[in-house]
Amino acid sequence: MAVKLALPKGRLLDETSALLRRADFGLSGYSKQVRFYHLKCRRFPNLLARVFHERDIPIQVAVGNYDLGICGLDWVEELLAKYPTSAVVKVKDLSYGQAALYITASRLSGAATVRELGLKSGIIRIASEYPNLAESFALKSRWRRFSVFPLWGAAEVYPPESADLALIPVKTGEELSSYGLVKVSKVLEGGAFLIANAASQAGKDLAGVVASIDDGLLATEKTAPSVEVVEVGGDTLAEAGDDTVWLALPDGHQQSPTLSLLSRANIQVNDNLVNRRPTTNLDGVKIKIIRPQDMPLQVANGNFDLAVTGRDWLREHRYQFPSSPVKELLDLKLGKVKIVAVVSKDLAVADVDGLRQFSYESDVPFRVASEYVNIADKYARDNHLGPYRVIPTWGASEAFVPEDADLLIENTQTGRTIARHNLKIVDKLFESTACLIGSAHCVKGKGKRIESIITALKAVVEGG
Amino acid sequence: MKVQKCKGTRDLSPEEMARFRLIEGVFRDCCLKWGYGEVRTPTLEYLHLFTATGTLTPNMLGKVYSFLDWDGWSGERVVLRPDGTIPVARLYIENMGDGKIAKLFYVANVFIFEATGKETREKWQCGVELVGVNSPLADVELIKVVLEVLGRLGLGDAELRLSHIGLIRSLLHQLGLSSEQQTRIFDRILDGDREALTKIKPAQPELKEAFSQLLDLKGKSPEFLKDLAALFSQSLPQLKPHLDNFITIVDLLEELGCNYHIDLTSGKGFEYYTGVLFHLFWDGEEIGGGGRYDALIPLMGGGSIPASGFALYLDRLMNLVKPQSAAGSHRILLGSEPSKIGAVKESFRLARQLREAGYVVALNLGGEKLADFRWLVDVRKGPIFILTDQLKGKKFGLKTAGEVLRILGEEGGSKTSPA
Repeated sequence: MAVKLALPKGRLLDETSALLRRADFGLSGYSKQVRFYHLKCRRFPNLLARVFHERDIPIQVAVGNYDLGICGLDWVEELLAKYPTSAVVKVKDLSYGQAALYITASRLSGAATVRELGLKSGIIRIASEYPNLAESFALKSRWRRFSVFPLWGAAEVYPPESADLALIPVKTGEELSSYGLVKVSKVLEGGAFLIANAASQAGKDLAGVVASIDDGLLATEKTAPSVEVVEVGGDTLAEAGDDTVWLALPDGHQQSPTLSLLSRANIQVNDNLVNRRPTTNLDGVKIKIIRPQDMPLQVANGNFDLAVTGRDWLREHRYQFPSSPVKELLDLKLGKVKIVAVVSKDLAVADVDGLRQFSYESDVPFRVASEYVNIADKYARDNHLGPYRVIPTWGASEAFVPEDADLLIENTQTGRTIARHNLKIVDKLFESTACLIGSAHCVKGKGKRIESIITALKAVVEGG
Repeated sequence: MKVQKCKGTRDLSPEEMARFRLIEGVFRDCCLKWGYGEVRTPTLEYLHLFTATGTLTPNMLGKVYSFLDWDGWSGERVVLRPDGTIPVARLYIENMGDGKIAKLFYVANVFIFEATGKETREKWQCGVELVGVNSPLADVELIKVVLEVLGRLGLGDAELRLSHIGLIRSLLHQLGLSSEQQTRIFDRILDGDREALTKIKPAQPELKEAFSQLLDLKGKSPEFLKDLAALFSQSLPQLKPHLDNFITIVDLLEELGCNYHIDLTSGKGFEYYTGVLFHLFWDGEEIGGGGRYDALIPLMGGGSIPASGFALYLDRLMNLVKPQSAAGSHRILLGSEPSKIGAVKESFRLARQLREAGYVVALNLGGEKLADFRWLVDVRKGPIFILTDQLKGKKFGLKTAGEVLRILGEEGGSKTSPA
């Protein structure tokens, strides 16, 4: 019987790849420029290896799609914090990729212990990529009232203005200091783990694969990250008034076109993007660089007044929260992508009618995988796709088809990536470009400055 | 695809609903007669209502059904009510919070995730909350109400176990543990870990003595409690007010002829309890419990208002009660030839008259089980009513509704007692 192994993209890729080389797996194409997510293994011809975003791996192993997986302990615990009965077994500590998760607060916030925070009467806002661990920590700390903002990333830049606390992985004290943060409490420490599905471990012969991974381990002591806080000179946070306009700009591939557009509108953003707080020539405006996925929620909560994000993420937000005050202020006509429905090339389905028929003829629930959970849910609902399940993914969705999902809702620019992964487009949902978003609940005193930014950008966009 | 209900949920059949309604009916009747008023709170509440007060243990809060509402972008979560008392306390503060006494009761479902599959995730409770009064008499009233309900359900022999959370808290306080440690042990006790207390080995000799004496305190004797109060009055004066309170309650129960057991280790409950705690068992299974929770309303910001209450677990009681069979004497199956519109009209008219007279009248739509009915009436054109008494094997041909009613009365006996 084939053994299925889920391998991580991202920060653990290099060391995991080296480990499997030492174990003589002979994996084809598991390297930084990973172009295909289905890998062949020379040593174990029956091994099906697939590459996922690290965060998806514990879930894929827990639901039994994969027998084994390699990922950070943080993501295993994030799953178990919410679903303690998940069928995940921690098989082996692989001793690399050590990281520690800390609840951190701004150095300027004053309250620095769990107990002090517990005495607060207001709402404690916690920003994190680890919402389940954050909630569980808040419950254990018996904080009276708290809100968790689930994030795609960049939690470190949220305190103190956009959140009171951030639960983040901390590598070095310098890094923490550069964001003006201090530790409040350690939540977790650990590195890469080999994990197994509980039923597979009991019923399948995994011994050969597990033993060879064990053989590949280096006999080195694991090095715990030293997280001594190092004081850096000068505060990175300047005072912001109540009427300061907060502008969120995107990281990733949308960043450079956005900055050049701003520059054409005579809005200068200095290139100190390292601590995600660039300065600008605009008076009374402050900028943070965050993930575009997180922007609509942040604008809805008034943590930011303006943000440059994609219409896809705005829609995703509005489908989840139909009465949200967030609205599109200006189409920036940048970074055009299509949001499409995608299936395996081998599936005899050509359009949405075909999808519907396929979903009804299936004995098992129809599976839709997507980073856009709410868009995917609405698409399946509106098109009456039989009994269906939406599988949230954190990227690399192509790896899910055909074994672990029937349909993807994906964005694509040219369609080339889709074709490379042996997939085809069966429906187009909508087109998405970058847009400027704001809130219908405009804070008094900010209106003029917001208006002038919109006007400046509008002139550039409409001037071509 | 197989059609199936959600994991951890339960359907109630007509027969089970009859048990449910029997319990609910007895419970409502008792409460109303003791002067309590019925309330109903929403199924959805804000999660912070339950986190704000430290009123549920983190273990319980880890199992609630909470989610973001359609307008929950602020991260404010709502929750399917995991507990009956806190929403009623919220209702009191919001609508009646003037410090006055309120005697309230409710029948409500609560939702807590359950992983083992042995129990349902949606549970029904009959609850009573007595707000605005702190006295041993109030505690005893609640115990009398709950015993009366059980008595009327034929469960008068239920075992009543008494503990005292104030006493446990005070004991833990004496151990010199940090407040975090105290909280952790206390949470384990409340989550039902009976060993949490017995495992503690105090270093101080006088505490050790007090501990073993109190933990061994099982059985029925206010005298024993009084001896202990005398014993500790010098060494552990902090325990005295709690012991005195406990003794007064137990004395009153004794006077009223209640059966009870004292068992300090049976502490399963909610963190908001502060005084006497009671649990009810039938054949070793817990069927209800309650106690005094003077700290809850102050913690919720409602001012210093004492309160106590109890809940009976409907799902468990349903397995123990036997409703009197409704089948039999007063069920009538009424049929007519569907094609004869005159007969159909006549049958509807007769059915109404019989129902007004207190009979259960089902129309024969085809496929009914005849054995479920004592009487069959066949309506023919004319009209002629053919009345069959299946019990006695008699048949009557009758011309008016009045005649049908007369025969039913003569042959079937009174409608309030089965024939």
